[in-house]
Amino acid sequence: MRQLPTLPLPAPAPPAEGYSRREALVMGLFALAAAATATGCSAADKLAYEEFVQKHFKDLSPEELKDRLASMEKRYTEQYGKDVHVSATPPQAGVLFGYALDLSRCIGCRRCVYGCVEENNQSRDPQTHWITVLEMDKEEGVNLQNANAFYDHETVPAPGKFYMPVACQHCENPPCVKVCPVQATWKEPDGIVVIDYDWCIGCRNCIAACPYGARRFNWGTPSIPKDELNPNTEYLGNRPRQRGVVEKCSFCLQRVRKGLYPKCVEVCPVGARKFGNLLDPDSEIRYIIENKRVFILKEELNTQPKFFYYYGL
Amino acid sequence: MRMRSDWWALACGTVTLLLAVACRPVEEKHPRFGSVMPSTATQDTAEAATRAAAKPVSAPAKSPRKTGAQLYPVAPPPFSDGVFPCSDCHGKTDVVNRTPHKVEFHEDIVLHHDEQNRWCLDCHDAQNRDKLHLADGRLIDFTESYRLCGQCHGPTLRNWKAGEHGKRTGSWSGDKQYLLCASCHSPHSPHFKPIKPKPAPRRQEAIR
Ligand code: HEC
Ligand code: HEC
Ligand code: HEC
Ligand code: HEC
Repeated sequence: MRQLPTLPLPAPAPPAEGYSRREALVMGLFALAAAATATGCSAADKLAYEEFVQKHFKDLSPEELKDRLASMEKRYTEQYGKDVHVSATPPQAGVLFGYALDLSRCIGCRRCVYGCVEENNQSRDPQTHWITVLEMDKEEGVNLQNANAFYDHETVPAPGKFYMPVACQHCENPPCVKVCPVQATWKEPDGIVVIDYDWCIGCRNCIAACPYGARRFNWGTPSIPKDELNPNTEYLGNRPRQRGVVEKCSFCLQRVRKGLYPKCVEVCPVGARKFGNLLDPDSEIRYIIENKRVFILKEELNTQPKFFYYYGL
Repeated sequence: MRMRSDWWALACGTVTLLLAVACRPVEEKHPRFGSVMPSTATQDTAEAATRAAAKPVSAPAKSPRKTGAQLYPVAPPPFSDGVFPCSDCHGKTDVVNRTPHKVEFHEDIVLHHDEQNRWCLDCHDAQNRDKLHLADGRLIDFTESYRLCGQCHGPTLRNWKAGEHGKRTGSWSGDKQYLLCASCHSPHSPHFKPIKPKPAPRRQEAIR
């Protein structure tokens, strides 16, 4: 039996009785779980218990992490009726991911939106999209106030319009991370801003803090048809989410940490999306930053996005 | 598209700052990083990126010098079914007529690509239809058609090699596959055709 772990939460002001509600709950559950273990409980009960008294992701020992991934795989495999893999691939040293998008090329076809939904197991109903494609007037230039995400033309590009897909900008200085009261979201050494869905308490402070509207809240229970679930998942990436937690683009962590391009890059029919290592002088992302006119969104906020927009022409 | 010039200055500055800040902790591993900054772009960096395009970033051993098709591995040419090899129908005995005329076959092909100055046989070899030919008469395979395009679209070809124009798939850190120009632009009528967009997102009200 594992020891009751100390909760690494910032201690809230203790209530009069001396126990916080969460502590009391934890103790109660612990007693229950101890009893259950003694009588032999199911794997699902064990996981539920472990999730409740869990340690922060970063504090898990390699052994504990392995256990968690294994029980998670088991649960998802049962739930979706096929082999689901959950890994926790660490970041590579010497890598800082960057993204660039050519606004003069993008035609607003939304192939990226749906490619992302499938790759990253976004809920189909209720509908969750990590990428929003904004339509704006060429004449007016970039003006997020007058952008339309709901355009519905027979063919694109529509005359006189241009398109700006927006998702998580993976800021070097992410406001969402600062406002999270429980450190359920943080920036990894390779620059990817991640979320631990099991640590998220659903307070939505991060959603309010993000200047790019890039975070999504699961108001309802997410649903993905079993045959459409992408079974190659990452703990901090595209594993199935539950109701009441926040999610967003992870630069396809499950792909890019294995050396692959993100899905949106691969499905873009016009080649407007570019991705690579900002620390590698030979990467296309560096080529673009050095040879094209790049800009970032709302740079006056000093969020320092690693998502660059540019004009290839 | 209108581009405010102060934006460029601002963006440029921020990028410089961001990169400078971002690279600090790894300076030792990337001594060159801090010295290469936006807008100091040189032919050299472009060329270096081009040369390195197809080699894995983290390849430990130097591989032997790569050439042509090895340097730019491409997705298969997007021929329609049954049209290749062209030599199934064409041969050395074809009548060669270099003045523009109505072609009684391949009726789906409409030349709309600087057509006042161009004819089929500027690109296709008259004697060997399975090859393309360059302005200097050299024959190339259809898997290298980007070289043909590059004769007139030099800057685009350079950007393509660096991975900026067009698209590469595979690994950002290793082996990549290039999409041929012809995969996106019909060589005969190269303007990118409008396509049908995927459905608009449901409005928030409809979600709840
Ligand atoms: C600008 C150079 C250029 C010109 C001019 C040109 N072609 Fe082509 N053509 C190409 C290239 C490059 C391809 C290869 C496309 C591919 O990779 O699938 C091609 C492909 C073809 C094909 C195979 C098409 C298919 O359906 O797969 C035919 C047939 C053809 N050309 C005929 C013609 C005829 C007839 C003309 C004149 C009316 C002509 N071409 C003019 C460059 C040219
Ligand atoms: C099914 C048989 C067939 C195939 C396969 C075929 N062609 Fe043709 N092609 C023809 C015929 C028939 C004509 C008409 C000849 C004419 O009008 O002078 C023609 C005409 C042409 C012409 C213009 C006329 C000329 O000779 O100057 C070009 C260029 C050409 N073909 C290129 C190609 C290329 C390139 C391919 C392979 C990608 C190809 N063709 C495959 C049958 C074929
Ligand atoms: C002999 C010179 C020459 C070659 C070879 C050539 N082009 Fe062009 N291309 C031109 C010229 C000139 C124009 C501009 C006039 C026009 O659009 O018709 C042009 C225009 C274009 C455009 C812009 C079309 C538009 O309306 O947006 C594209 C895309 C293009 N070429 C692609 C290609 C591709 C792909 C190839 C190789 C299969 C190629 N070109 C080979 C001369 C060439
Ligand atoms: C992934 C698809 C893709 C590939 C591959 C690609 N292009 Fe393009 N290209 C585009 C799009 C999209 C545009 C902009 C739309 C338009 O105006 O046609 C464009 C525009 C162009 C233009 C017009 C001028 C400009 O820069 O907008 C030229 C010329 C051109 N491409 C040449 C090439 C050549 C040469 C190659 C191969 C070396 C190539 N393209 C490969 C998608 C592609």
